[in-house]
Amino acid sequence: MNLSSVESLAYSLPELILVFATVGILMLDLLITRKRILGELALCACGGAALASALLAGAEQGYLFNQMVALDGFAIFFKLFLSLSAFAAVYMSLGSRELDNEHPGEYYTLLLAAATGTFYMASATNLLMAYLALEFVSLTSYVLTGFIRASRRGSEAALKYLIYGGVASGAMVYGMSLIFGLAGSLDYATIGERLLVPSEANGPILFIAVLLVLAGFGYKISMVPFHMWSPDVYQGAPLPVTAYLSVGSKAAGFAMMIRFFYVALSHAGAGGVWATIEGLEWPNLIVLGSIITMTLGNLAALRQDNVKRLLAYSSIAHAGYILMGFVVLSDAGLRAMLFYIATYYLMNLGAFTVLMMVLNNSDREDMEAFRGLAWRGGALPAAAMAVFMFSLAGVPPFAGFIGKFYLFAAVIDKEMWMLAIVAALNSVVSLYYYARIVRTMYLDQPLKSDPVMTTDWHSGAFAGVLAVGTIVFGVYWRPLIDLADKSLVFFRG
Amino acid sequence: MFDAIGLQDFLIVALALFSLGVYCVLTRRNAIGILMGVELILNAANINYIAFSHYGSANYDGQLYSIFVIMLAAAEAAIGLAIVLGIYRRFSSIDVANMKTLHG
Repeated sequence: MNLSSVESLAYSLPELILVFATVGILMLDLLITRKRILGELALCACGGAALASALLAGAEQGYLFNQMVALDGFAIFFKLFLSLSAFAAVYMSLGSRELDNEHPGEYYTLLLAAATGTFYMASATNLLMAYLALEFVSLTSYVLTGFIRASRRGSEAALKYLIYGGVASGAMVYGMSLIFGLAGSLDYATIGERLLVPSEANGPILFIAVLLVLAGFGYKISMVPFHMWSPDVYQGAPLPVTAYLSVGSKAAGFAMMIRFFYVALSHAGAGGVWATIEGLEWPNLIVLGSIITMTLGNLAALRQDNVKRLLAYSSIAHAGYILMGFVVLSDAGLRAMLFYIATYYLMNLGAFTVLMMVLNNSDREDMEAFRGLAWRGGALPAAAMAVFMFSLAGVPPFAGFIGKFYLFAAVIDKEMWMLAIVAALNSVVSLYYYARIVRTMYLDQPLKSDPVMTTDWHSGAFAGVLAVGTIVFGVYWRPLIDLADKSLVFFRG
Repeated sequence: MFDAIGLQDFLIVALALFSLGVYCVLTRRNAIGILMGVELILNAANINYIAFSHYGSANYDGQLYSIFVIMLAAAEAAIGLAIVLGIYRRFSSIDVANMKTLHG
């Protein structure tokens, strides 16, 4: 099906819920004095969007809004995932003391607007829509990063984000203009068809154009060499925003990248194997990107003392792991990516939630704030943190191990030994710094000056749910991998 | 003699503009200077879109794209200047070399 704008609204319930909530919160902010309601409303909107996305699963697949976006299994998977990410970000914002004295109305408006943008990033099938969605998310994220007015670090992070983001998206638009010139169309499926026939268009100019477009995507997923903004921004932004950037905005970047590279620059063959278009060997380029990204992320994380910054480098390293599934050009690889992104949600958000509890308690986010955490009233947060850390390192029986297992299986199936060996070595290196946090919490004795850890049940329950999820999907992962399998449907008209 | 101007000439101008934009971004230390470089890059893309649309395809996709780019560039400038203003209040300078709170 190929629907016009008005007809498409019937299939855009998740986005409509978010848009109405965005505008509603902005207006309610002027009327009510009890601002906590605004956050609770945002939470309901994200929950509603998740439910509406799940209900779309049975709907007919096709193009919406005159071929601007696609409604297919892949888009629905990410809509569900992204609304849950926004839900987590709003939930964490409600429990964060950092944001207590700021303007909640504007904050939740921006957060929900960013969430709406990520939905369109995941479903855009047109270069114009992809650019608009990416910029929409970027512009709202810049403001969210610098949202705490009194914070020097926040302002500096926002400026750095703005500069890197502006340059990366500028390069991306220039690259897209070259692709538009070579293929004569903005529509992904049409570009794919026109470039499939070997012609003079498939030359070095196309390669340069793709490289420039990769700058835009690479910046969203923090792939080296476009990662420079992320440690500073993750450290400077308010913690719930950091958590959202590392999960929601990154996943949306991956979704957009998969759709562009697989629909426009490759074609599906038999048995779930894909082939690139003639004269454009983009997987080689991204193999290199993946190797450098994971190595640099892990090596830089080794010497971090600020846990927030450590998690930023860990997030860069994980982008490298996820890219392993991207380069193998098979359904198995894509399935492993979706699965890993879902498990990454559980363990990374969990780590950020525990960090937020520590930050709320002691106003510190460095390694010393975790010293002897288990022995001064924080036994449960410490246990949860240990689960998340081992899962991020890829230790069985946690979900992170299963995720890595599928990625490695896809890579080894393609006999890309080099990539597999580097990734295995990287996992060993990463275990060092994840285990260091666990050691600090359990083996170091607390000093007298360390505050007693008190936990509010909101954040504690959230961390608990995520920890249980990490363990459950490490033992019984069948439903999740089935869901990822069913979601590998790209509508191409 | 104007008949001689073709697609290629527009692409060369766009490429020159893009290169100048990148040069500006890489060498400027003033935050507003960097944002101006970004504007040059975006306008290089606009020239490309309009030229390709005029000489190539039958529809107005390219022209429309450039209108959206202009609009988003304005939005980005608005947000960018607000952030730079905040930086000036906090650091009394908009030299990006002075931003050293976050490092490591």
